[in-house]
Amino acid sequence: MAGSTRASPIVEPATGVPIAVAAPRRHVTPGREAWRRFRRHRLAVLSAGILMTMIVAVVFGPLIWRVPINEIDFAAMLESPSWAHPLGTDDLGQDLLARMMYGGRISLAVGLAAMTMAVVVGTLVGAVAGVSRGRVDAGLMWLTDLFLSLPQLPLLLLIIYLFRDSLKEVAGPEMGTFVLIVVVIGGFRWMPVARLVRAQFFSLRERDFVEAARALGASTLRQVVRHILPNALGPVIVAGTIDVAAAIIAESTLSFLGLGFPPDIPTWGRILYDAKDYLDVAPHWALFAGGAIFLAVLSINYIGDGLRDALDPRRVM
Amino acid sequence: MTQPLLRVNDLVKNFALKGGILGRIVDEVHAVDQVSFDLSAGETLGLVGESGSGKSTTGRCILRLIEPTAGEIWFEGRDIVKLDAKELGALRRDMQIIFQDPYASLNPRMTVGAIVGEALIIHGLAKSRRAIEERVVELLETVGLGADHMRRYPHEFSGGQRQRIGIARALAVSPKLIVCDEPVSALDVSIQAQVINLLEDLQKEFGLTYLFIAHDLSVVEHICTRVAVMYLGRLVEIASSRDLYTRPLHPYTEALLSAVPVPAPRAKRQRIRLEGEVPNPINPPTGCHFHARCPIRQLPLCSTEKPQLKRAADGHWVACHLRG
Repeated sequence: MAGSTRASPIVEPATGVPIAVAAPRRHVTPGREAWRRFRRHRLAVLSAGILMTMIVAVVFGPLIWRVPINEIDFAAMLESPSWAHPLGTDDLGQDLLARMMYGGRISLAVGLAAMTMAVVVGTLVGAVAGVSRGRVDAGLMWLTDLFLSLPQLPLLLLIIYLFRDSLKEVAGPEMGTFVLIVVVIGGFRWMPVARLVRAQFFSLRERDFVEAARALGASTLRQVVRHILPNALGPVIVAGTIDVAAAIIAESTLSFLGLGFPPDIPTWGRILYDAKDYLDVAPHWALFAGGAIFLAVLSINYIGDGLRDALDPRRVM
Repeated sequence: MTQPLLRVNDLVKNFALKGGILGRIVDEVHAVDQVSFDLSAGETLGLVGESGSGKSTTGRCILRLIEPTAGEIWFEGRDIVKLDAKELGALRRDMQIIFQDPYASLNPRMTVGAIVGEALIIHGLAKSRRAIEERVVELLETVGLGADHMRRYPHEFSGGQRQRIGIARALAVSPKLIVCDEPVSALDVSIQAQVINLLEDLQKEFGLTYLFIAHDLSVVEHICTRVAVMYLGRLVEIASSRDLYTRPLHPYTEALLSAVPVPAPRAKRQRIRLEGEVPNPINPPTGCHFHARCPIRQLPLCSTEKPQLKRAADGHWVACHLRG
């Protein structure tokens, strides 16, 4: 850490208090400082690279690899990877690379959308509870505990059974299922975020700078938006990355149980589900789908680790 | 005699301690117990006492950052305890606070310009972005910082500079009264002097009135015109700075003064050591709060009767049965 221990020219002599004044750069925004610290976390940077590659591949891949996802070719059933089919084929001779790329779009989109929903709902509930205290807080925390204590998988299955068909009619089979799955997964993952945000609010609202804002006459809304929330979001972002991973796994679980998207729409979880009967004949089929989920979840978790370290100013990087 | 800028009358603050599954109030911390004092415009009143004596709570009650349990706080002829939210908003322009910890008192995610300029936006004191910026630069220059500091973030500054930013923020609304809550306690000695000189210069320039909360008596002696001593939520002595330091009446004040270090290591001095600890404010002693540790107590009088603040000399008040 030799580079960051230089004294800054603006330090008053003999301050005596150790201060985190960084290099002699003009001014360091918190964002830039966080980025500098994130870059020192090698595993996180590598993971970010892998995730970016995956996202680029699933978004732009189908534009280059123009094999349809549902072209059935019984002559090429359960083939191992080859030049014609780089990831091999499934039991109907469909090209796995095309299906993986298409499925990746859905899996990653579900992950990100469900995370967004969990973070937004959790932040909202936690912020309202943290600001209001008293009865509202007690009520909201009771609700949070209720959600935490619900048996999630059976309930998930029940909700999907009940609402899948009506939503499909409104929004089409693919979009309907997407919305349903995002809502269901997001709706069951906001509680940790809400507790986190509430705890952050409780500690931040007593801090001097929030009291200073109150003394200046700042409204409650202003105190929350300008002072409390920006300082509470670091841990939330980290919790959010973990939620992405959890949502991808949850979608895979649902698809694996046959309850996610319709069978003809490939997602990583669905591909894995279809592959399970052919593990001995065509292991590549399950391996690629499982590997993609594994890699995505692992890299997102490492990114979360890196973000946590980068956003925690107490940690010396 | 003219009306004082601030008159505190029998201020009481109890913090409820909740317990049990029903969250009932099981006990109360008596943080401030019937504190009364006056503060004239342009004056600096020191509020001293050890930690837990209720001095910060008193300061925060005056600003209504904490709601007082009982009592009156008259500011410019109005009892501010009774103000509604809108009137309170207007009051925020007249009273400000400077905090002890310069590291905790500035929002780490706002630029210095945004921190100092926030009050201008809240109270609509500057019309345009340009006007805000000009005023912020003016304020920063007033406290000895420069315009180029505006776009930086608090973590780029030292403790003393941060405290200057905090002062600039308080000055933004052109307040009449500033509660200084131990503004130099967290600073290095050499920086303490700079900040205190700055506070004195600002007082002269803007005619400010300070309520100066501190536990360091040598700092208080330097800056304050009058000093009030608190012990366990009660005011035990209030006098002009000179009177208090030369002729302390209350035994607690005597003990406090004898603990002030003097820059003459060989000087002979009598050190009054107090026995025991500060009693628990949940269950304060009966009678005089100080009687359990008092070297001159007379039982049973001191343990049964609560001493009232009485006039001992011109402007010198003391709450002791045996002195004054």
